[in-house]
Amino acid sequence: MVSYFIPALSTYAGDIDFIIDLIFWLVGFWFLLSEGVFFWLIVRYRKKEGVPAEYITGETPEQKRWITIPHFLVLFCDIFILYYAIAAWYEVKQNLPEPQATVRVIGQQWAWTFVHEGPDGKFDTADDITEMNELHIEVDKLYHYKLSATDVLHSFSVPVFRLKQDAIPGRVITGWWEATGTGEFSIQCAELCGIGHALMGARIFIETPERHAAWLAEQSSVEYAALTPSQSVKE
Amino acid sequence: MAESIPHGVDAAHDDHGDHHQQSFWQKYIFSTDHKMIAMQYMFTGMAMGLVGAFMAYTFRMQLAFPGDLVPGFGLVTPANYNALVTNHGTIMIFWVAMPVLLAAFANFLIPLMIGCDDMVFPKINRLSYQIFLLSTIVLIASFFVEGGGFGGGWTAYPPLSGKPIYNLTPLGCTLWVIAVGLEFIAFLLGGINFITTTMNARAPGMKLYDIPIVIWMIVIASILFMLSVGPLIAGAIMLVFDQTLGTAFFDPDKGGDPVLWQHLFWFFGHPEVYVVLMPAIGITAEIITVFARKKLFAYKTVLHTAFGTGVLSFTVWAHHQFISGIDPRMANVFTVTTLLISIPIAEMMFVYIATLYGGAITLTTPMLWALAFIAEFLIGGVTGIFLGASGADIYFHDTYFVLAHFHYTFYPIAIIGTFAGFTFWFPKMFGKMMNETLGKIHFWGTIIPFNLIFIPLFVLGAAGQHRRIYDYTGFPELAKYQDVRVFATMALLVMLAFQLVFFYNCLISWRSGKKAGNNPWNSNTLEWTTSSPPGHGNWKELPTVYRGPYEYSTPGREEDFWPQNVPN
Repeated sequence: MVSYFIPALSTYAGDIDFIIDLIFWLVGFWFLLSEGVFFWLIVRYRKKEGVPAEYITGETPEQKRWITIPHFLVLFCDIFILYYAIAAWYEVKQNLPEPQATVRVIGQQWAWTFVHEGPDGKFDTADDITEMNELHIEVDKLYHYKLSATDVLHSFSVPVFRLKQDAIPGRVITGWWEATGTGEFSIQCAELCGIGHALMGARIFIETPERHAAWLAEQSSVEYAALTPSQSVKE
Repeated sequence: MAESIPHGVDAAHDDHGDHHQQSFWQKYIFSTDHKMIAMQYMFTGMAMGLVGAFMAYTFRMQLAFPGDLVPGFGLVTPANYNALVTNHGTIMIFWVAMPVLLAAFANFLIPLMIGCDDMVFPKINRLSYQIFLLSTIVLIASFFVEGGGFGGGWTAYPPLSGKPIYNLTPLGCTLWVIAVGLEFIAFLLGGINFITTTMNARAPGMKLYDIPIVIWMIVIASILFMLSVGPLIAGAIMLVFDQTLGTAFFDPDKGGDPVLWQHLFWFFGHPEVYVVLMPAIGITAEIITVFARKKLFAYKTVLHTAFGTGVLSFTVWAHHQFISGIDPRMANVFTVTTLLISIPIAEMMFVYIATLYGGAITLTTPMLWALAFIAEFLIGGVTGIFLGASGADIYFHDTYFVLAHFHYTFYPIAIIGTFAGFTFWFPKMFGKMMNETLGKIHFWGTIIPFNLIFIPLFVLGAAGQHRRIYDYTGFPELAKYQDVRVFATMALLVMLAFQLVFFYNCLISWRSGKKAGNNPWNSNTLEWTTSSPPGHGNWKELPTVYRGPYEYSTPGREEDFWPQNVPN
């Protein structure tokens, strides 16, 4: 359903699309059934001259069947939804595979800053690469992100990854992604963060390893001094 | 005030004296009569509804035609846009749904339906409305102070709401929180009154299972509100301190925790959804039984599931916070409880559908509204499953899908439920029948555009459009959906135009409608046994109750209804 509008480009995007589709079909079935019965009853039991309404209390077991049986069937469907929802959630949020690279994501009013470790694989060294509102990453590489904010709540949302996580000032939240396709897509802030909230879009460039290596080579380690998160952020 | 209340009759009647002639001020402004207070709440709520609708019109126009001057408002700046969406949400939930559904209908119906002459605490009732009016004035004032209205979202997440340097509305944010806090105090006073009256002042012979569903639902809603509002009032006070005194309850720079506010807010905020849902569901139950001439299917089941929903509603608050940085393991628990709470609500819907079986349905205007409530609320309910399932919510959180979902729940509750109740009890309130033709024109002119507004928004949500952004044309992925946004805006304009029909209908029906008798709908409940509109003190002599409220088409009777106060 969702992949019709927007490509699914991370290892767990398929799981999330699956749970959405599953809910769509299960819930859609019950919805159409209920609405169908509902409208049929309205048409069928319109007032006719000389036909009085029936007297049904709904308190006897054989009458109550009509609501208890659907109710248990709905509960049965819920079990499937629950299982796949929690499985998808576990994969995205609770599971944390070993990283091949790490990116710092910093939200502020109203821009995204992305910090790469650079060649030495360590943060806070001279060769860190800092980007503003653009994130260049490599396809098929497992990244950890370390998400923080400097002022108010922001939310790091990458629709093509089906990934969303609020950034909280004073905390560093770790998560992961692994892209499965290349291209240029949007990153948005999904939490109201003040008057510039609508301008807080960034672009994500998912590149082949060769292109990414070329991009890395042409970066100089510019320090955006004003934009580094405050020292109170401890990892 | 009354200390001991045998049946809420004589003791609580101190205020009424001996039905003397009242001055204008006593009768309309400082009235302690529950019907007058209900009218005050109703018209305040409807007036605020127009304010909220105007806000919706303004920002929908901005979304459809970004950057153009909006007729009647002017240029929508980003700050304006945030203030508009924030206050649209605040007004529509706290200043329309709550006063109309919980306060107006509760005040009007409780004494009339349980057969007493007034609330047991009439003066607290009056105080409740006055505090509500004060909170309304404070909220309206917050739009016009220096810096403009508060623009931090109706959920007011700190640190954005907690520090003027972030939200740029130093006075607006504080006035907004104070207004919301005052409003809760008003409804807390009202709710205590509703519970006490229902429990203590029932007519002789009325057992707990003889109380109409709508009254039960209002009582459950009041109990939920009473139990959930404490944390939020505490949170609101903490937030005001953060804004004005520089404390750091929610300020991470000084050791506070922004997520704490979210817990306090949603611990109230989710039961709040059920607080406004319950009265609407109750109103629907009253209406479909009358116009299908059917006994309500499984009365006790509805009641027990409603209590179950109430208990469960306290266990689901964090499903608003899956993405907000809570411990991810918590999400699993809240997914389970959220899917569980869909069960009792689904069961109520099944009950209503089953009630129609074997009926003799007349499609009057109130019946159309009540049936529309069921049909539309089903859409709201089933789309909630997408958001309650944690895995799917990672994608849908804070998109237009959420927005469409809660409009499909709140719109049926607040707008359709209100119209249903208002058209159904209009003869009792004003003694005149409403015009059916105009009523039906208004119904179809509201319900069709409503669906045309919000179904496209589900699609936009699935396409990944995030909320609270004043111009989507800057996002390449979203710019191509501009036609959809224009379509939704046009549907909104049509819907707003049709509301004029409703007000015109109210006016001419009130001026020159057909006289309604005591019981125009042939209904069973007690409010239809007294005159329309009921006089001061409601009854010539108090009714005695012999049976439940839904004895329609009982075998062996000539008439197809059997009022609660008829001995045989």
